[in-house]
Amino acid sequence: MAVKGIIKKGEYYDSVTLMLVAREATKLDGVEDAALMIGTKENKSILESSGLLIEEFKGASESDLLIAVKAKDELLAGTAIKKVEELLKTKNLGSQESEEYMPKSLEGALEVLPDANMVIVSVAGKYAAREAMKALEHGLHVMIFSDNVPKDKAFEVKKYGREHGLLVMGPDCGTALINGAPLGFANVVNRGDIGIVSAAGTGLQEVSCIISNAGGGISQGIGTGGIDVKKDFQGMSFLTGLEALIDDSETKVITLVSKPPYPEVLEKIGEVLKKTDKPVVAAFLGADPELVKRIGAIPAKDLEHASLLAVSISKGISMKDFEKEIVRKDDELKELASQLARKLTGEQKYFRGLFQGGTLAYETQVLLKDILGDINSNAPLDPSLKLEDSWKSVGHTVVDLGEDEFTVGRPHPQIDFELRNKRILTEAKDPTVAIIYLDVVIGFGTNPTPAEELVPVVQKARETSNAIIIATVTGTDKDPQDKAKLISMLKAAGAVVFERNASATRLAGYILKNIGG
Amino acid sequence: MLANDLFKKELKVVNVGLLSFKESLDKVGVKTIQVDWKPPATEDAETLEALKKLLGNK
Repeated sequence: MAVKGIIKKGEYYDSVTLMLVAREATKLDGVEDAALMIGTKENKSILESSGLLIEEFKGASESDLLIAVKAKDELLAGTAIKKVEELLKTKNLGSQESEEYMPKSLEGALEVLPDANMVIVSVAGKYAAREAMKALEHGLHVMIFSDNVPKDKAFEVKKYGREHGLLVMGPDCGTALINGAPLGFANVVNRGDIGIVSAAGTGLQEVSCIISNAGGGISQGIGTGGIDVKKDFQGMSFLTGLEALIDDSETKVITLVSKPPYPEVLEKIGEVLKKTDKPVVAAFLGADPELVKRIGAIPAKDLEHASLLAVSISKGISMKDFEKEIVRKDDELKELASQLARKLTGEQKYFRGLFQGGTLAYETQVLLKDILGDINSNAPLDPSLKLEDSWKSVGHTVVDLGEDEFTVGRPHPQIDFELRNKRILTEAKDPTVAIIYLDVVIGFGTNPTPAEELVPVVQKARETSNAIIIATVTGTDKDPQDKAKLISMLKAAGAVVFERNASATRLAGYILKNIGG
Repeated sequence: MLANDLFKKELKVVNVGLLSFKESLDKVGVKTIQVDWKPPATEDAETLEALKKLLGNK
């Protein structure tokens, strides 16, 4: 086996292009593994763990592109690297878009599309605020998908948006649904009368999908990014979004999704809510329901509860019938849990959740805390529960693979399954693991072939481990990926499959409670 | 244009970054234009240093 690598100085490609080329490279003759990454510290450690870190890479910087190939022999590795360079050239020309004119700047784009009203920014974090500010100064709304945006820059952008009545969705806003169009990672949902403001990307996906799958519809889905409801940002984007929904004649019910906002932000939300009679459901995950009631919103326990509540209100279903149904479903989960628990051996006791979606990772911790107690995580509810090493699980563990240590210079885990797939197999080798828990978030912008990439790994995990595999799929039948096929393939591979994270998490919690976990 | 006015208009998007976001919007029929974005050279410390040297600005 030979490992070869080259450094390309100052060449820029987006992370998805790099992933796609790396994938094509692994299919080349004699190639065992390949990686194309920006030379960040985190990426170097990823390369090291895959045995792809050659000596020269150690001195590389963040503006360098690293190309590494592991192949049967030197010759094949060298040939593969040449091929990778050729592939990059074709991708850089924009092979799919070669017919279409691509301006070099926002100003150039506005000459072609003068009545544009929204700009999506997904360039590297340190450049994102400047692009967003340019858009705002042209009077355009923005969605900033990029994360790692410097805090002071993010503040300036949000402040400008708030002062000028413009939406600033982000930074780190993964999802929005504007006028029925999916922006970023988003699903094809029914249109309807439920408007959403969400400071949580996968939270917006989960809620819009559950609403749509339950027969409701979405008027607008406004994302804000998680930092927006924190102390320093004072809910600037959240409040603008909420006011817009209050004024929107198509929106009859409003749903708010977030981690608990900073108390002062919560108060400001309450002030805005005084201006409306529209029913407002709030899933502020883990927040005190009394505080939520005090600001005039209906508290929801979790994203599933919030979504179904919003649908019930939209359809005029009585709250009594709604609550009865929730209790009946929970009893069913408990029954299923006691059946599944019997399959575990005495040694198996731990939960291992490997998440693509940050909000779902958070929601699972909130729900499991009530059932099982402390959950360790790289993005924990309580700082004392932070994993010392994000790459190693301890006890009950939830890993959010969308956190910076996993994403700097590489695509989001909803696009790139590689790191999680490896982690699934690591967890499967641990005899103390009782449940391997996975979310699969589909929709536009996410991995186009989740079944093909995940199911063989689930099968392999089942061959090595007796652990129960629970998967929750966030998506709709109209999404570009075939949701029904994905679910049936996961089931055939031996996974227990849900379409709501809260229910799936409760099942996991009840199973472990059954065995005294 | 205020946020609420946006809801009454046809959405038209400029995409700066991941091409896949434009492709998604193309599929649902939203008018979108892609910017061929590259990082500004002046933010790359090494290039900036080289430029300064070239211009005799030490």
